[in-house]
Parts: sequence; C-alpha cells; structure tokens
Amino acid sequence: MRAFDYIRPVSLEEAGRRLAETSAKAIAGGTNLLDLMKLQVETPSAVCDISRLDLATIADTPDGGLFIGALVTNTQTAVHQRVRKDYPLLARAILAGATQQLRNKATTGGNLCQRTRCFYFTNADQPCNKRDPGSGCGAIGGIAKLHAVLGTSEHCIATYPGDMAVAMTALGGVVEIVGADGHARSVPVADFHCLPGDTPWRENVLEEGDIITAVTLPAPVGGLQTYRKVRERSSYAFALVSVAAIVAMDDQGKIARADLAFGGLAHKPWHDPRIGDLLVGEAPSAALFDKAADLLLETAQGYGENDFKIPLARRTLRAVLEEVTGASS
Amino acid sequence: MIVHEKQDNPDTANRLDGMKQGVLGTAMSRIDGLAKVTGTALYAAEYSADNCAEGVLATATITRGVVNAIDKKAALALPGVIAVIDDPRLTTRAAQGTADEAPQQDPARVCYWGQPIALVVAETFEQARHAAKHLVVDYGEEVDAPVDPEAVKPEEQTEETVSQGDLDAAMSAAAHAVDVTFTTKGHASAAMEPHAAIASWNGDDLTVHASLQMLNYNITELADALGIPEQRIRLIARYVGGGFGSKLGISEEVVAAAIAAQEIGRPVRVVMTRQHVFQAIMRRSESTQRLRLCVDAAGKLTGFGHHALVSNLPGEEFAEPVLQSSHFLYAGANRELKLELARIHRMTAGSVRAPGEAVGMPALECAMDMLAEAAGIDPVKLRLMNIPEKDPEKGLPFSSHTLADCLTQAAKAFGWDHGLRKPRQTRKGEWWIGTGMASAARVHNVMEAKARVTLKADGTAVVETDMTDIGTGTYTIAAQIVGEMLGLAPDRVLVDLGDSRHPRGPGSGGSWGAPSIGSALYVACKAIREELAKRLDIDEPDLALRNGATSSGTQLTELLRGEDLARVGHYEPGAISEDFTASGFGAFFAQVRVNAFTGETRVDRMLGAFGFGRVLNRKTARSQCLGGITWSIGTALTEALEFDPRDGHLVNGDLAEYHVPVNRDVPDLDVILVEERDAAASPIQAKGIGELGMCGGAAAIGNAIYNASGARVLDFPMTPDRVIAAMPD
Amino acid sequence: MTRSISVNGAAHPLPNDPRVSLLDFLRDGLRLTGTKKGCDHGQCGACTVIVNGIRINSCLTLAAMHEDDEVTTIEGLGTPDAPSPLQQAFLEHDGFQCGYCTPGQICSATALLDEIASNWPSDASGDLVGTLTLSDEEIRERMSGNLCRCGAYANIVAAIRDVAEQRT
Repeated sequence: MRAFDYIRPVSLEEAGRRLAETSAKAIAGGTNLLDLMKLQVETPSAVCDISRLDLATIADTPDGGLFIGALVTNTQTAVHQRVRKDYPLLARAILAGATQQLRNKATTGGNLCQRTRCFYFTNADQPCNKRDPGSGCGAIGGIAKLHAVLGTSEHCIATYPGDMAVAMTALGGVVEIVGADGHARSVPVADFHCLPGDTPWRENVLEEGDIITAVTLPAPVGGLQTYRKVRERSSYAFALVSVAAIVAMDDQGKIARADLAFGGLAHKPWHDPRIGDLLVGEAPSAALFDKAADLLLETAQGYGENDFKIPLARRTLRAVLEEVTGASS
Repeated sequence: MIVHEKQDNPDTANRLDGMKQGVLGTAMSRIDGLAKVTGTALYAAEYSADNCAEGVLATATITRGVVNAIDKKAALALPGVIAVIDDPRLTTRAAQGTADEAPQQDPARVCYWGQPIALVVAETFEQARHAAKHLVVDYGEEVDAPVDPEAVKPEEQTEETVSQGDLDAAMSAAAHAVDVTFTTKGHASAAMEPHAAIASWNGDDLTVHASLQMLNYNITELADALGIPEQRIRLIARYVGGGFGSKLGISEEVVAAAIAAQEIGRPVRVVMTRQHVFQAIMRRSESTQRLRLCVDAAGKLTGFGHHALVSNLPGEEFAEPVLQSSHFLYAGANRELKLELARIHRMTAGSVRAPGEAVGMPALECAMDMLAEAAGIDPVKLRLMNIPEKDPEKGLPFSSHTLADCLTQAAKAFGWDHGLRKPRQTRKGEWWIGTGMASAARVHNVMEAKARVTLKADGTAVVETDMTDIGTGTYTIAAQIVGEMLGLAPDRVLVDLGDSRHPRGPGSGGSWGAPSIGSALYVACKAIREELAKRLDIDEPDLALRNGATSSGTQLTELLRGEDLARVGHYEPGAISEDFTASGFGAFFAQVRVNAFTGETRVDRMLGAFGFGRVLNRKTARSQCLGGITWSIGTALTEALEFDPRDGHLVNGDLAEYHVPVNRDVPDLDVILVEERDAAASPIQAKGIGELGMCGGAAAIGNAIYNASGARVLDFPMTPDRVIAAMPD
Repeated sequence: MTRSISVNGAAHPLPNDPRVSLLDFLRDGLRLTGTKKGCDHGQCGACTVIVNGIRINSCLTLAAMHEDDEVTTIEGLGTPDAPSPLQQAFLEHDGFQCGYCTPGQICSATALLDEIASNWPSDASGDLVGTLTLSDEEIRERMSGNLCRCGAYANIVAAIRDVAEQRT
C-alpha cells in the first residue's frame, strides 16, 4: 500500500474541500477501497475518513418514501423495519451480497461506488484500460467469465459487481450528491453509473469533491418484489446474473406494473424501460417472457467464456417473471 | 535407545486391542483444541523475534525469460527499505513432496508468470509490500512460451502405462460400452494459513519457524538450498494452519527469509500474501481423461481403459497420478492405462489433497454411472459385481478390502433405491431432485518414522518427534496410542511435535501420517513395556497397564525407581509394501437439487462410508471424512483455477474468485466408519483417512445432477453455465 | 492528546502509520495473534473481530479509523481456563481441524447469536418481517463469511446449534 495522509474532516464542507484539493479518496466502510489499495490498484495520496460525518440516518420522506443516508451500513438498511416491509427487494438484494461482516461495514455511498471484480483490473501487473488507460483490455481474449454482455466497448467489458444498486434501480431510487462547492444535486440510481465507452475509468457521474449524502426511495408502489441472484456458491459470491423485479398484477390477471433491473450483465445495473412497457397490460405467458428476454438481450454480445450469460439471463428472467406473476411453466 | 522394527509380514498379533486403558479409538476431543479455540496456539508468523524485519516477495511479470537487472537503488530509496535480495540461492518454486533436495533455484531465470524473483526487506510490512510491488525490473523475455496443455506434444509417463489384452476388441465385442472424455480444472490447496517463515541466525546456526508439513524432508531441502549442513538448522512448526499438499516441500518464503536474515544480520519474517500463495506454490493440474469401459451381458467388466493428460512446468517430475486407483479398483481383463504430461509454463503443478484420485476417481465413477445406465444395472450392483479378487494388474492380494461393505452399508443408511433409475423424475417447484453414488478409493502409504517416548519418573509420558499436526489430529492420536500402550490417561501424555531437534517422523502427507508415526510410537512403547515387564519378571504380553499401574496394583512410578525410561521407536515398512496392494475404500451417496432455470446445484444431503483399518479416534477420523466430503463438493461444483490463455498467469488467484465451498454449500453430512483391522497396513492395523473422503465424492454429486435434471456434465466443476448447457429442455 | 482504542477492555494508543490495518495492529502491535490473517482482503473471515458489538473483517479497516472503539477479539471471549460456551462447543463438536480459521469462526458465531436475538434477517430467512427461528440453514448462511478449508462446517453448525439451544 502506498503511504498516504489520513484526514478526518469534521464537516461535509471540509470533506468536500479536502477531496477536491488533493488526490484524496473518501473512505467510509473501507471494504472496497482498502482491498484495492493493498493491490496498488488504488493509490491515493490521502485518505479522507468521512465515516464519522452525520450521514447515517434512515428516515421517512414527506411523500412516503425513504431517505437512506450515505453512511448507513448495508446491514442497517437490510434490517430496517420499513425496508423489510415496504422495500423487501432492497433487503433481499443486500442480504444476497457479500457476508455479514462485510455488510456490517459497507455503506450505501461506498457500495454504489464499488469497483469491478474484473481479474485484470485487480491485478496491477496486467493490462486494464480502467486502471491504466491505454494499456488495453486484458479480459477481451482472456478469462472473461464474470464479464459483461450488454453495453460493452472494445476498451472494457467489466461488470458492476454490486447487488444493492440493482435493487435501487428497480425501485427508482435517487442518489443525492453534494459537490465541493456545496451545491446539491440528485441523480437517479439508474443514471448514476456509466457505460465504459472509451472512458472505462469513469464509472459513475461523480466529479472531484463530490460526496454522496443519501439515496432516497420513492413511496412503495405495491406488487410483488423479488431479487434473484445466480451465483457459483450458495453464498459469498458475486452474481453471474441477477434480476430485481417489482411486478403488480391487476384483477384481470394482467401485468399492471413491471419494474426490472439486472446485475452481472453490464458495467452498470442494467435498466431497460422497454421491458416494463412490453409486459404491462399483458397476461403472463412463456411467449411474453421470451419476448421480454429478446428485448433485454437484443444487443447482447458474448466474449467466449461469458457467452452463457445470454441464455442464463433469459432463463433467470423467465424464472423471476413466473414467480412474481404466479405463472408456472 | 533406538528400537528398530521393519515390517515384512502382516501383524496379526493385533496387540493394541489387548491393551487395557481403553482410550484408543474413542471420540476424545483434541488435546490441542483449547489452544486453538482460544486463539492461544501460535502459528509460524506469530512468534516474537526481536528487531525483526519484514520481507515481501517480488514476482515476475513475464512468462519466460531472464531478469537482466533489478533497480535496487530505486527500491532502497523508498522509506524503510533495508535490502533487496536476489541471491541465486533463492528458490522459485516450492519443492515437491518428499523431494529431499532444493527445488528450482536461480531467481533470475523466469519460468512462469508470477514466479518469485526477489525479496524486498523493510522495517514494516507495509513498506516492504509497497516496495516489492514497485520494484523496477529489466527482463529479457522469451516470447511464445507454451501455456496450453492441449497444444504441445505430451510426454508419456511410461511407468504408468498398462496394456493388457485387447481393449479395442473388447469394446467392439462388449454388450455395453462407454467411451467418454471428462475434463477437470486445476485446484488450489488454499490452506487458511498463508505460507510464512521467521528466520533468525545465531552465528552459523539458523532457526526457522515455518508452516510446513514434513520437517524431516524440509530440513534437507532447506540445507541444500542454502548450502549449509542440516545440523546447523532448526525448523519449528508446532501448529500448521492447514497444508493439503501445499506445505509438503520447502517453499520460497522459507529460503528467502533465511538468506535475508543472514544478509542483514537481523531476524526476517516473510509471510506470503494470499495472491502469492495462489500463484507461486502449487496447483493441482487440470486433466483431460478418456474412459473406456465395457461389460458383458451379465454386467462383468471385460475392458477398462483410462487415459489422462495433465501438465507441469519443464523440469518438474511430478505428474498428477490420475490413474492411481484405476490400476486396481475394478476388474477387467483387457486394460489400457496411459498418463501423459504436457510441459507448459503455468505455475508449478504438485500435490493437492489426494493427488491422483481427487480427479481420477470422479471421472471414473461418472463413467461407471454411464455404464450402469447403458447396461440397465443398478450402479451399486455394477460396482459390487466388479470388485476384483486380487489386483488385476499386479496379481497381488489386497491387504484388506472393504469396498463391498462400504457400498452395502452406505446404500442402506442412505435409503438407496436399487430399482430402475431414470433421470428427471422428481421436481419440486423450480428444482429437479435426484440421487447419485460413487465408490471411493485411495492407495495406502506408510513411511519410515521415528519418535521418542519417555516414560517419566513421575508416571507421565512425553512424546517427541518432528512430525506435524496440520489439523489431522496427530497430537491427539499420539496421546491415545501412548496412553493405550502404557496404561496412561491421555492427559498424562505430553506431546511435543514439529521440532526438527526431535527424532524424525514421516511428515504429514499422502495420508501416511497417522499409520506411520503411530507405528513408531507403538514400537517405542512396546520396548518400554518390555523393560517394565523385565523389571516385574514377566513376559511383556502379560503386562496389563491401566491408569498408571499394573493389574496387580504395582504403580508405574515404583517400577521406574525415580528414573525416566526413554525409547526411540523406529518403524520401517519392509516387504509388506511389495506383497500386497493396500488401499482405503469407501462409498459416497448424495442427493442434490438442480434449478431447472439457472442450473444452480445444491447438495441436500450426502453420506460416506469408509474403511481405513483401525480407527484411532472416532471424532477426528470422522472430521477428516467430513473435510474430504466437503472437498468433494468443491470439486464437483465450485473449484476451478483459471489461467490466462496468452501468458499462462493464474487469473483467479484469491479466495473471492477461487471458490472454496462456504458453509452454506455443505449440508448435513453423514459418515459411517467401517472399522476393520488391516494387519498388512501397519503394526497398528491402521491406514490413513486424510484424503479418502474426497476420492470419488464429486462423482456422486455429478451422477445425482444427471439423475435429477438429465444434465450429464462431463466437465468439473459443474457450474451453472455447464449445467444449463447440458440440460435437456 | 494520544488517540486510543479499547481492545478487550484495555486502552491502547493507535499506531502512527495510518496504513496499518486493524488486523495488523492487533497481531503485530498488540501481539494478540489469536486474530488470524488468512487473505488480507475480506475474502475468508479469519480476521473477524467484534467492534462495538458488531462483527467485521479487521483486515479491511484501518486501525486509525477506530479511535475510541471497543474491540473484542478471541482472547477477550475466553481463555483456556475459562472458555466461552461457544469455545467449549467448538472443542466438543470438533468444529475445527487446523485451527487457523477458528478464532474468526467463533467471533462470528458469538455475534451471530446476538444478531438472531435482534431478529436480523439473512438471505436464508423465508420471511423478512416475522420472528426468526434459528434453523441450520440460517446458521450456514450466516457463517458463510468464514471459510474453513479443513471442511469442518458440519461440526461448526452443530456447535453453534448446541449453544443457541442452550440459550433458549
């Protein structure tokens, strides 16, 4: 690990200033940043400990939604009574990720910024355009089992590895951000992460000095919520494919609402509103679910080792839709 | 006094069963257990050494070539850096098990990506790690090093080749035959304690605390690497945090710590990072295995073919002995067995728990399942029908044979349905449910071993040997054997292991630890008993000892007359090794569910029955079996080393992406110990159990996946991608 | 003023180098070597300790971030003379072999019992809003952050089940 200065700002304003001034990295839970610092993948000259700032509250919003502070740990979110009752999808997604020990440290803000598990990104002696722009993408032509099939570019085929953000995307969550200048702005979780394009090092919309302060969830919409994660171990493994779904049925047995997001497929939680549009107003059927999968995977491209994700995503989507619509195969 | 016993004949006297203490074989808790559960047991990296510097290995970023120069000046300019060691005596691979000589040295010669090339020593670990990662190295790269085992012409391992009768003719003439090719991915030992060493010199004398399985070989390997006499070296490994083959031979950090400590005149500690452990110790080779099996109309095997391709680095003798149990497990007059080794530039291949059978048995036992289906025979019955009377290749008798007992007892306990089997019969919600079974076999080895037993004047006993306990239970079974022989409660026996100053044991590996060191202890105790009997003027077999006294009430302390009585037992297997084919046997039964959509497989229950001679401790033996079955689950479902197709580097070299099974992957497991006395195995009638539990278990799971879902997966591990690809829709 | 951390009830000054992980601080700084380093990257759980009542991986946090925190390590849970109920149960059920992952397993199991008492759900919980019952599947899921390469999981589950049942 490169030597660094340890800074513990006492206010959000000071934190923003320090982060904008130096090549500092904010640290809260530390579970992702320290991992990467030990590998010399992250080499900040200063680490700005924001873990004691006042951003750790969960509260109801006036419109019936929920405000989840950036420093609320994943555990605190998952065990919160309102999350369990009104946003079970979010609790399920969090509980499907990592381990109790890691969830006890990982925070809302940090988890949104979690970096990819691509083997070539985490090995500082291998080429990676994300870590070392211009060095090439080791995963293309290499071992790419974990990698993306949607929204890839010739420069990067990494995936976003988290679960929480996939659920938040389906739930229509909004990321609250304060800039170094104190200016606050809101970005939907669905728009928070970027596709790699020709700037794979840019993973989300945060600018120098920006600090995530919270995620707000809209009022619950009803329907059935589920999070399905396919993984190689029964626990403690990243998703091969995951599906977050909120589906409501009308009293004619037709789909009244369908909000879906996907993990393990792309550089960001994958959200394609056309899929919901296709499903709404229709009676559930195998043919309909196949059409939804066609739409999801319209532009999918495998890189050899991860070709299986295309049929796996189709099958998992079908399993989830059967579950939440009550249709059976 | 050293008492030597060479075993040329089966020991049918079975003396241990006549002893009176009644402690051997019981489910006694580990005598080192309290130290482990309270965190007070010290492992290699945890000893204090004054003024100790920290070393971190620097590793190569080319696949093959030479190190032209290392910019030491730049490294030494970094904060805290004391030295950059690139001494030609540094080792670049771990020694193979029982090598007894230094492994590959000369760190300037690079043979695989990730190979150690230097050691950076600094005041603190963080300083050393940083400097090691930033070492500027000028390489002369030799491009196009072969890294794909399928792309080079392999070398036949002729000592493994068997050609009996005419397999091709038997296959054509057979009533039923299977000809199928399996692949297995590489495995890592992934012991939880990373390799570590603390070296300190006192003049010309070197002491090293290290995490090693076989001090008796390791001391010679280290002496050879350093070019000093082994009398100058003391190796200590009292607690070893798992080995599974990865600590059989001396590894790079031990030699590096010793050289660095001498060069800087201070103790040096080198603890491998987890990534270094993965990339620079040992892999189990991947394998490609073609099985050809055929039966007559009655289900008797008429042909048996097993051909395997494995790989290793140039210069390494080790070739994963995939065919080891195939040589004797089943009958079949027409036999063709062949093992080939591809020379490629991936990291060193060597022993990982149950080398050979760990991957050979799963392939064979899946092929047997396919044969049973083809022949329309219950897979349990097919196996029972084909147990040979004697070794089908060597013609030797078996020292003992428990396969039939294991199959029968396990089938009954599992509730196996011997009726006609068809896949895809049971579905619950999204899950297909099914069952499968497999035989287990693991060759028995026993090795020369020495141990000192001292019956102290106060009536307690001390055991001293350099033998290690890597979690296997050596401490405990040593106390039980000595307690049984000398009539002492085990808490009256102090067991002092893992110090090279003690008599040399066999080391922990190849499942030979317990039978070998147990036999040395038995020999030592028998000699002590003879002396005690002499003092009582009776014959030794008539000496009955229990709780520190003879049956007539004479206290041991009286007999000892205020003096200690010590004997070194020296056991050596003699002609016995040549006269019999000896093996542990067993059977696995598993029930799995396979998700019809996602191909995820979960083991719902699993049972194993194992015969391995005398059970020395029912608790620790069962734990060894549980561990083996857990590894079977990993082999079947999750574990796969992945290598880059271009530079051959190990890609998933950490515990996040190399999937050791987690707690939730492992259901309730049942173990049946099929107890026997194998007189030809060792004078204590025991065989090893450290590896048998994973020799075939993955096939029971694979066969259950097929029975559940209809997906016959021919590639291990059977990850969701492979299951959905094979599943009929 | 010296910044300090409390470990097993005793206050200690924090290290000078901010790079020092809580794990290295415990092992090398305080010589509390019961807490193990298995991977140093949050991938094995051998370094699990309890901080302010919550279990965490001590490898993935800086000692410097724990000013005034209360840390409990395996040494703080029990001693060879007075082992905790879980330590005793691990011994009796042979919930370990090599022993290297064991302190982390026991710290995790200790916290697990409190998490159940707090009715925290897990991935294995069928219902997120009801009252939890501690099934074997719940134990397995909740202990899945602690790898055991010796394969003692079945015995670990038995040991925890035993102590949990004694509690209720």
